[in-house]
Amino acid sequence: MRELLEEIDRWRSAGERVALARVVALEGSGPRQPGAAMAVSESGEVAGSVSGGCVEGAVVAEALEVLAGGEGRLVTFGYSDDEAFAVGLTCGGTLHIFIEPLDW
Amino acid sequence: MSASPDAPRLYDALADALRAGEAVSLVTVVRSEVAEATPVGAKLLVSAVEDEAPLGSLGRPELDRVVARDARAALARGSSLTRHYGPEGEARREEIEVFVQSFAPPPHLVIFGAVDFTAALATLAKLLGFHVTVCDARPVFATKKRFPAADEVVVEWPDRLLARLGPSLGPRDAVCILTHDTKFDVPAVLGALSTKAGYIGAMGSRRTHEERLRRLLEAGADAAEVEARLMSPIGLDIGARTPEETAVSICAEIIAAGAGVGAPNLRDKAGPIHRR
Repeated sequence: MRELLEEIDRWRSAGERVALARVVALEGSGPRQPGAAMAVSESGEVAGSVSGGCVEGAVVAEALEVLAGGEGRLVTFGYSDDEAFAVGLTCGGTLHIFIEPLDW
Repeated sequence: MSASPDAPRLYDALADALRAGEAVSLVTVVRSEVAEATPVGAKLLVSAVEDEAPLGSLGRPELDRVVARDARAALARGSSLTRHYGPEGEARREEIEVFVQSFAPPPHLVIFGAVDFTAALATLAKLLGFHVTVCDARPVFATKKRFPAADEVVVEWPDRLLARLGPSLGPRDAVCILTHDTKFDVPAVLGALSTKAGYIGAMGSRRTHEERLRRLLEAGADAAEVEARLMSPIGLDIGARTPEETAVSICAEIIAAGAGVGAPNLRDKAGPIHRR
């Protein structure tokens, strides 16, 4: 989170809205621990990461939806997911990520 | 969740605390079956100071009180986790799920000895997120210019610096003694052993180690404590030779010690440290 502050400041001072995605829980194997964070600007710029690169693309899409719809949501990625093959984690873990607009 | 216009924004308060390296915990509601009172996204920003009122609210005073207490406990352990509560903070209920994110201040690495190995170790430790202090009693060597990566370069005797810093050192912190000189490193090791630092390592050949051990025991060190806590010779046995490689070996040993994982410590082996 600390490493995202400058980028978030830059986006916000340019008048852009920002979504914040954070790993809140991890089952099984995974590269990033709870608290790993990624910020996405309205125009689709990205800072930080929430996995080893497996789910970042899907998180950006969800984050942009959150910015359009305004509601925070809990999203799960992993093999238990129906979309496992679309955005699964090759390590076999399950990631729970909370994505919300940074409007607080 | 919408704060009054005069109230400081929660994010700004969080960003200020992170920039200042203060310990804070951010609680966020990630799932709620009682969304009228406690909506998803509701937040509480809790500082480590017990009588400081949290910023924000989860919608119910009793819920705020219970969650703030639990968040402080998580912060003290440096752990981030999800927890469940009832609408009024009841345990063993599932209506509300919160994510407690602990922002602990960076761990502290204190390096004694202003040598080439110190510069490499300071650089690598910064990459790993440590706050780095370099200390040597010799003003010619202990300069900020020689150790640009260090947060502080202090000209002082090791025991004096540790008398000052010691009480702030805890299980996440590390002390590395790279002086190779018993005049400096015996007081440094003794001072380090009197702290709660989670990792203490001292550099030197096996011969230096034997000599240092003898002097430590003469100076009154407890043999069992030295055996349990002092990594000497410092580092993992990865065949490191250069200052940079040695920094990797030391940092890897610090990581393994923090994780409680067995690793091939030089201390527990025999024979020369540098292979031909």
